Amino acid sequence: MIKVKDLCKSFGDLDVLKGVNAEFEKGKTNLIIGQSGSGKTVFLKCLLGLIKPNSGAIEYNGKAYKSLTKEEKREISTQMGMVFQGGALFDSMTVGENVVFPLKMLTKMSRKDREKRVDEVLDRVNLGDIHDKLPSEISGGMQKRVSIARAIVNRPNFLFCDEPNSGLDPRTASVIDNLIQEITHEYDITTVINTHDMNSVFEIGEKIIYLENGIKAWEGNKDNIYKTDNEKLTDFVYASNLFQKVRIAQRRGL
Amino acid sequence: MLINYIKSIGQYFIMIYETFKRMTKTSELRRLILQELDDLIVSSLGIVVFISFFIGAVIAIQTALNFSNPFVPKSLIGFAARQSIILEFAPTFVAIIMAGKVGSYITSSIGTMRVSEQIDALEVMGINSLNYLVFPKIVAMCMFPFVIGISMFVGIIGAYFAGVYGGFLSAEEFLTGLQEDFIPFQVFYAFLKSFIFAFILATVPSFHGYYMRGGSLEVGHAATTSFVWTSVIIIFMNYFITQLLLS
Repeated sequence: MIKVKDLCKSFGDLDVLKGVNAEFEKGKTNLIIGQSGSGKTVFLKCLLGLIKPNSGAIEYNGKAYKSLTKEEKREISTQMGMVFQGGALFDSMTVGENVVFPLKMLTKMSRKDREKRVDEVLDRVNLGDIHDKLPSEISGGMQKRVSIARAIVNRPNFLFCDEPNSGLDPRTASVIDNLIQEITHEYDITTVINTHDMNSVFEIGEKIIYLENGIKAWEGNKDNIYKTDNEKLTDFVYASNLFQKVRIAQRRGL
Repeated sequence: MLINYIKSIGQYFIMIYETFKRMTKTSELRRLILQELDDLIVSSLGIVVFISFFIGAVIAIQTALNFSNPFVPKSLIGFAARQSIILEFAPTFVAIIMAGKVGSYITSSIGTMRVSEQIDALEVMGINSLNYLVFPKIVAMCMFPFVIGISMFVGIIGAYFAGVYGGFLSAEEFLTGLQEDFIPFQVFYAFLKSFIFAFILATVPSFHGYYMRGGSLEVGHAATTSFVWTSVIIIFMNYFITQLLLS
């Protein structure tokens, strides 16, 4: 579980996060949604420790990050897996080398055990036969799946995903969403997903936090997001023509 | 603008300090160093040998053509070629060439990793990305003085060929000039400055790549800026070291 208390971050005069409070539950897919510029990426980077907040506190499984020693902070970072928007696979390494990389760098596992684990996770993301391919030789959807495999190979307690299905066709995007949800339940980890894809929201949004201009404006799940009276969230959710049509159809009882 | 320059200088020294902290696993570091040796040193040998040979040859021809006085011994062609190649051409000129070849490669490869979030991926894993990316380049560039040694040797061979086979002087005269008033300290000076240039060649382009912001267009811009700054710093340091050691 991750708890965030009064998180503030500004860049110069620009206040990006203005006292965000949130709780991300274990074993659930927690979604952060919001318009571009609402502070989602900065918020996620604060959770990852890539950006230092100006004030506020973050707790990982009950441990306040600020009070941890350097060693403990490093330990926490080894428990994190991240799926980046573009995959962020290392270009010069093959798929197998990309996935084994965290194990090689952070553990003392034997070569045999490492290879076994890599096979396991690549099978888990349905990519058993592309060990020797370079990232440039596989499709965008495959790259995302390799990125997920790399993120979970170290059996993390926390999985972060930054717009995991951006740039993918709806079908592949849905496969990625479902894969992340299955892994979250299977490994019982805290997953935080940054997205503005409404398909993801309605498909895997077990907990949803809506950010608006650096403030948490709404909190709920995929079942009650329909009933929200937050106008900006409603505008955001139903901005797509497809969802407007779905809404109208629902009102008509179709 | 001045404040920005001062900030950048401060950031550069912080980067160097961070590079030597939290070392990467030895086995991985060994692999990276060997890889960088191949990318930065071995792959540069061809162009260095080619340029050194012909510049050496041109130095000999131009020196010969400018000696019109019959009282000036022809052996001076060998002497002038040796002095020009050892003192300036090999260490400084080759370093500038390397700033273009190796420097642009370092900036664009690290810059691309920044743009595609690969550096963030390293940081999230708890790896010191500066140590992982920059330290192997610094170690590999410690071999740069060997490149300079090869450049000196090939440059003098080029001068010999152009001078002797071009009919400007005899082989004996060239070898006499080559050995005339030889001061071993000058070779030490050349290697010392090439060692300092190697550090600049590894770190300045890394700095420009690591701290760049933006997309692929900015990667190209960063590579150009990196070449300009690396050359400027090398030329300034060349003056500083020469003033310090030879004057």
